[in-house]
Amino acid sequence: MTLLSVENLSLAIHGTPILSDVSFRMEEGEVFGLVGESGSGKSLTALSLMQLLPNGSDVMGRAVMGGRDLLELSEQAMCKVRGAEIGMIFQEPMTALNPMQRIGDQVAETLIVHGRATRSVAARVAREKLDRVGLAAERFPLSLYPHELSGGQRQRVSIALAVALRPRLLIADEPTTALDVTTQAQILDLLKGLVAEERMAMLLITHDLAVVAGIADHVAVMRKGRIVEADRTEALFRTRGHDYTRRLFAASSHVPARQPQTRAEPLLEVRGAVREYLLPRPSPFAPHPKLRAVDGVSFTLSEGESLGLVGESGSGKSTLTRAVLGLDEVQGGRIRLLGRDVHADRRMPDDLRAAMQVVFQDPYGSFDPRWKVERLVAEPYHLTGRPADWRARVAAALEEVGLEATDAQKYIHEFSGGQRQRIAIARALIARPRLIVLDEAVSALDVRVRAQILDLLAALQESHGLAYLFISHDLSVVRAITDRVMVMKAGRIVEEGATEKVFADPAHDYTKTLIAATPVIPAEWMNGGTDARDAVV
Amino acid sequence: MLRYFLRRLLSLAVSLIASSLVIFAVIEVVPGDPASYMLGLNASPETVAALRDTLGLEGSPPERYLAWAGGMLTGDFGISYTYKVPVADLVADRLAVSLPLTLYALALSTIIALPVGLIAAARRGTATDLGIMGATQLGIAVPNFWFAMLLVLLLAVRWQVFPAGGFPGWEAGLWPGLVALTLPAVALALPQASILARVLRSALLETLGQDYIRTARAKGLSRRQAILGHAFRNALIPVLTILGMQFSFLLAGAIIIENVFYIPGLGRLIFQAITQRDLIVVESVVMLLVFAVILVTFLVDLGYAAIDPRLRRRA
Amino acid sequence: MRGGLALGAALASVALLAAAVSAVWTPYDVTALAIAEKLREPSAAHLLGTDHFGRDILSMLMVGARTSIAVALVAVGIGMGVGVPLGLLAAARRGGWLDEVIMRGNDLVFAFPSLVIAILITAVFGPSAVNAILAIGIFNIPVFARVTRGGALSLWTLDYIRAAQVAGKGRALISVEHILPNILNLLIVQGTIQFSLGILAEAGLSYVGLGAQPPTPSWGRMLAEAQTMVTLAPHVAIFPGLAIVLTVVGLNLMGDGLRDLLDPRLRRAR
Repeated sequence: MTLLSVENLSLAIHGTPILSDVSFRMEEGEVFGLVGESGSGKSLTALSLMQLLPNGSDVMGRAVMGGRDLLELSEQAMCKVRGAEIGMIFQEPMTALNPMQRIGDQVAETLIVHGRATRSVAARVAREKLDRVGLAAERFPLSLYPHELSGGQRQRVSIALAVALRPRLLIADEPTTALDVTTQAQILDLLKGLVAEERMAMLLITHDLAVVAGIADHVAVMRKGRIVEADRTEALFRTRGHDYTRRLFAASSHVPARQPQTRAEPLLEVRGAVREYLLPRPSPFAPHPKLRAVDGVSFTLSEGESLGLVGESGSGKSTLTRAVLGLDEVQGGRIRLLGRDVHADRRMPDDLRAAMQVVFQDPYGSFDPRWKVERLVAEPYHLTGRPADWRARVAAALEEVGLEATDAQKYIHEFSGGQRQRIAIARALIARPRLIVLDEAVSALDVRVRAQILDLLAALQESHGLAYLFISHDLSVVRAITDRVMVMKAGRIVEEGATEKVFADPAHDYTKTLIAATPVIPAEWMNGGTDARDAVV
Repeated sequence: MLRYFLRRLLSLAVSLIASSLVIFAVIEVVPGDPASYMLGLNASPETVAALRDTLGLEGSPPERYLAWAGGMLTGDFGISYTYKVPVADLVADRLAVSLPLTLYALALSTIIALPVGLIAAARRGTATDLGIMGATQLGIAVPNFWFAMLLVLLLAVRWQVFPAGGFPGWEAGLWPGLVALTLPAVALALPQASILARVLRSALLETLGQDYIRTARAKGLSRRQAILGHAFRNALIPVLTILGMQFSFLLAGAIIIENVFYIPGLGRLIFQAITQRDLIVVESVVMLLVFAVILVTFLVDLGYAAIDPRLRRRA
Repeated sequence: MRGGLALGAALASVALLAAAVSAVWTPYDVTALAIAEKLREPSAAHLLGTDHFGRDILSMLMVGARTSIAVALVAVGIGMGVGVPLGLLAAARRGGWLDEVIMRGNDLVFAFPSLVIAILITAVFGPSAVNAILAIGIFNIPVFARVTRGGALSLWTLDYIRAAQVAGKGRALISVEHILPNILNLLIVQGTIQFSLGILAEAGLSYVGLGAQPPTPSWGRMLAEAQTMVTLAPHVAIFPGLAIVLTVVGLNLMGDGLRDLLDPRLRRAR
């Protein structure tokens, strides 16, 4: 039985075309994956179905569900559809719930607003639904507020309120993208179970091919507002008929060609590093409890080595990174670079700082929007003094990362996310450091851009003899680019070893959990086909 | 909650001590000897000494500060030099007019602003919204004392609906008192209502862009239900901030506007005191005004906690 | 909204121009009394009529504009000059004791409305236009300190600040090189708002006699003098009030327009 049939859906916002001729069909009770890179229009497709588009939107085409065209329904009729026939959950659990309202009331509201239950009945149903999504009554009473829950728990509340009326269709827009990998696995399991139990169909929107592989019956691949290919999941993964699909797959499992460069001299030595934060007092006169974000961490990074640091949010890896970079002082232990102490103040001489540079995650927040690229890239010269030929050096650095020398005269808003990460790498290179700290440096990028940046990093490591400290929550990226890896949990390094060995044969339980939770495309689906040797790009 | 309350209370106490020190320093220390300042240049040393004695101005500044602050805590504000009566009685009489006027205006301003701001936000971009925005733009720009003069000109002189000024006193009854305060309250309230309505509108629009509003709409709430059920309460936080600030503007405005209506409130008292160099009265009235502002800040802080569960309970 | 900005700029320019021209020329001499000409209705000879001393109201308004604008502008200068560095300092030391001291100091000044500051200063030093400047200026300090700190705090969390720290730059240099230029928009908008509030506040202070003193004409004092004869000759009270309203509306429209124009979020969307 067809549940939803989308025919030639087109969308323009303020005259700019966003979607063109999007057509697909969903069967009752199936999971339909909609995959694409950022800006492909996958989220706006879903919002079109819900008629929740921004002002100035112009929709054409049909979306038939239960004999009615959703796109033609009046706002009043649509209010009856939303929440009752179609439920929806969104990407960002931290902001998706009203901070001023109890979670029980937020779930019960779905029933009350549709006139399906009185307050007391709605509260009872809300309890059942929260129990069902794994928020048991003893620990999670209805009276809790969203800020008292973690991200994963909040996403469970969002799911509970979306399915409270047993809608026939659940739209999940990147429901696990903002979550840690172990939480992601739990939420995906929950969604899978709910769909089967309630005979509900799910439209799952994601950028992650591996996530769809494990859950979807059908998949459609979107690019620039069009569906380029759609099929049963296994068939699509095995054949990869469209050129774009092939490139997407190649990029998602791309491993740059690189030779280990590790030399025996130690470059960065961390010994027993401790970093604590004061927490608010539990009662007015009690002492501040302390949180040990970094709890006695020791490791050595050699010249030319690529060392990975993986961990989930709250593991302490960001705190450790700040200490290594000399932005925060450690409260115990010591950090040495090139045999000299790293400090967060003037005790750390400029030439030592120049030996260590950094690339951050967010390509948009990493640059002062009012500075030209040449000034941005040259900023680390503050440490070494600006050489007379600094403009030529900036130009050379830009060319080395694959940009043009003339880009030096532009402002940062003229560049895409991937180009900005290249500029960030040029800035890190300019003072000729020995170590570059890559703090989630490719996490915000689409897979194809990510593959290119990883190739660039591998090439630069070889040509400059650089060492990398590669911090990421993404295991597959760390596996692709590092020689050795450390796994961090609750402020401690729980496992450390050669990357391939740790991934193939993890020793610590936590590492095993992490690896098991990471979604993968079944290996047999990826063999054969035509793309194995295809170039990235 | 208790911890939050205690912290606010502590901050209230610290603010009071700090501001009383500032006021004391400006009035009693900067001019040198306040007694000779009050009497002017021609006073003989004997009269100055006598005055110093009556006003209790002997001793070193720290001693005098402690005496003054301690006196205020027990309701003793000193003796007025011009009126020769306890300042506390003088101030209490005048406060019985100025405080009701301020609260009257605050109530009017809130009652007008809330629906107007809600309607403007709900009808964003329509002619109604544009009309409201235009009217409030004017409302913000009108000096309240000038607006008061226009009101007198129209409603009291031309049409004679309201008294042009004066205050019969509360002894004459609640109703005549309220009638006498109505024009001044309206003149004070309208400019503030304009500000409040604009703040509410922009806070609502800001809130309407939040993710949780999208969640609410995806649940099946209409735009109207989402505004009233979810956006409004979240938008109250900035509104409360402005409301607190408005109290001090209204209090200051009341002092100015009493001149237009010849109302015997704190404003008349303090301006007479300034011309007559009655520093003790000035000091007390200023302290009272500052105390009122600090107290309102404290109440607003408690209001935040009442609205926002994140302040109430720390996980 | 471009229309609003243009209209606002036009209104504000008229006030500025009137103030500037009054320095060299006014239709009539505002110090000369002509009792025979008193309380004339608007006419060809006196476009806006005359006051109770027979002085030309248009000329008075032009000279009064100078007082109002000068007081408000200098007060904004005081507020920015002291408040912005304090705000930058507090943000650079966020969470530290210096931040705490600056912010508590701010709260303390906030407890004194500008009228109360003016009362205090006048009670001790006597009334003058300088009092009004000081009172409004002091009141502006915490406003600018808060706006600066708020804007700077959100910037301090950004990665380009961390990049500058990794490049060995100290807090002072980062505040000047990266923070200040990026909050300039905020400050310009707030400056316009405080300018218009300053005009209103100056009018209020002069009206109750705490600001400009005779014979300096000022819009607030003109209204105070008009009050007793408002029933006899309404125009004496109406024109100064209109001058205030139009100038303030102009500045507010300009502030709103500048905010829309300078807001990078809105600019990117365009």
